[in-house]
Amino acid sequence: MLLLVPTLLGMSVFIFLMLRLLPGDVVDLMTAGQEQATDESKRKLREAFGLADPLPLQYIKWLLGLLRGDPGKSLRSGQPISEALGQALPITLELTLLAVLLATTLAIPLGVLSASRRDSKADFGGRVAGLIGLSIPSFWLATLTLLFTSVVFSWVPPVSWVSPTTDPLGNLEQMLLPAAALAVQLMAIEMRMTRTTMLEVLGQDYVRTARAKGATEQLVTYRHALRNALIPVISVIGFQIGTLMGGSAIIEVIFGLNGIGATLIQAIFNRDYPMVQAAALFLATVFVVINTSVDLLYGYLDPRIKHA
Amino acid sequence: MTDTLQTTVPAPSLPQTTATRPRRLQSVWRRWRNPIGLVGVAIILATVVVALAAPVIAPYEPSSQAHKRLLPPGAPYLMGTDELGRDTFSRIVFGARVSLQVGALAVTIALVLGTSLGLLGGFYGGRLDDILMRVVDIMFAFPGLVLAIVIAGLLGPSRNNAMLAIGFVYAPAFARVVRGSVIAVMAEPYMESARVSGASDWRAIRLHVLPNVLAPLIVMVSVYLSQAILSEAALSFLGLGTQPPEPSWGGMLSAARAYMELSPWMAIFPGAAIMLIVLGFNFLGDGLRDVLDPRLRSL
Repeated sequence: MLLLVPTLLGMSVFIFLMLRLLPGDVVDLMTAGQEQATDESKRKLREAFGLADPLPLQYIKWLLGLLRGDPGKSLRSGQPISEALGQALPITLELTLLAVLLATTLAIPLGVLSASRRDSKADFGGRVAGLIGLSIPSFWLATLTLLFTSVVFSWVPPVSWVSPTTDPLGNLEQMLLPAAALAVQLMAIEMRMTRTTMLEVLGQDYVRTARAKGATEQLVTYRHALRNALIPVISVIGFQIGTLMGGSAIIEVIFGLNGIGATLIQAIFNRDYPMVQAAALFLATVFVVINTSVDLLYGYLDPRIKHA
Repeated sequence: MTDTLQTTVPAPSLPQTTATRPRRLQSVWRRWRNPIGLVGVAIILATVVVALAAPVIAPYEPSSQAHKRLLPPGAPYLMGTDELGRDTFSRIVFGARVSLQVGALAVTIALVLGTSLGLLGGFYGGRLDDILMRVVDIMFAFPGLVLAIVIAGLLGPSRNNAMLAIGFVYAPAFARVVRGSVIAVMAEPYMESARVSGASDWRAIRLHVLPNVLAPLIVMVSVYLSQAILSEAALSFLGLGTQPPEPSWGGMLSAARAYMELSPWMAIFPGAAIMLIVLGFNFLGDGLRDVLDPRLRSL
């Protein structure tokens, strides 16, 4: 886990440089269209934001702030960024976890079924369905879902987020549809992966041995094959959790949920650079931590892989 | 008498290359038993034709607002009209151009950038490789769409910037795959023999390295084309990609959200178009993998 430190530092440098070096000066953009903005007032704004300092100094100030748990304040609302992200985190987290749960409970049995009846009609149908699931834009699916519920059930998503601790049912009603829209692509990925690894494992010697010993097909599939086939699937799920947190941005926007992704997109439109910086780094950090944890878990699940 | 004088000149044997090329292609076709891949090719070709012949196929100007607003699909308007009185079918047809163009150019950027970096790192190794791979690792640490959103947003919302952002975000994936293949090739005896016989770097790369990375690259291009088209649609949907009035499927879908209950078809057609082309590339990728990936072929 300590190996993460250089990666995290590298990421913070990358985000910092990206925001500084890409064209588009924060102050120019903020004051665009305001005629009373003189060079003098712009200079004052730059100083107030600490943008007049040399780049390395700016970076070190930002980094020290982060280490103290203070990524600064929003340029737009003046709200401390840690507070804004703290409010957004549970929404994104719940959405992502619910989507993973939905996808996994459906995808793995379907993948096993597809593999154990290889080249049958069901398998072919499963493969095509998987490719379709991979191709449906989640934002289209979300839009259609909303269209359907609003026309048929006259249900529209509530304006503000209902916490699962205060109202579990209301929360589920609000989060189930966005989570389902988010889950479809992951489900397709998991299903395809399960099918491939199952086929690989079913061709192994120990599976033949198990069959030769007279184990029932069910026992062979679930006890001998699935256990080993799941290991790579788990790593894919872990990798996809990070992708989902990014993909959830667009779903959050559609369903009016104020998660991390929606906050990031809003901040980009507002030119709220400290917020963009912090939200992007935050998402990337979660992504890296999850991926590293999955790598470690992988070594635990599959003793053939040793971590130094 | 005359036939004894006939001089039989043996036909000059054809150069080896012209003879092997079609045979190799044939074997690819013979192995192509996967009907899914063929369906993918058909979808892609149809979309390319639609994009190329857009002015012929589209019944109206895509930006002409001369029609009644929010009409349902019907006689003269195959897919209805939008909130400004534009013909949705014509806009979908022209939208194919945007989607394919952005997808193709973004993947070209990723391919050229990623392959060059991967070749450099894998071939020369050492410090250069260390630094390149460190940067690639860091870029991999970001969820792709988030990075694309941030870059496109910072560069300013436009079609070209979305294209650049997507290409940049996908480059590390290409770099990593190419580098891996290059390092595997470098350990081969034929590579050693090429070096010993004095082949230049470029000759070694061209003759020995590139052919070996071709198969994984072809599969990657088809997969990332689908991803790039999806990302362009997502960015345009968020307002960070192609800007109105230019017809892009993601932008059309986004505009449709405000009129969803009034005219749901406005949301249905652009999304279906995105799905169809992405499906085409995913089908193709699936078929290609069966043909080109020897590890999976045996399954």
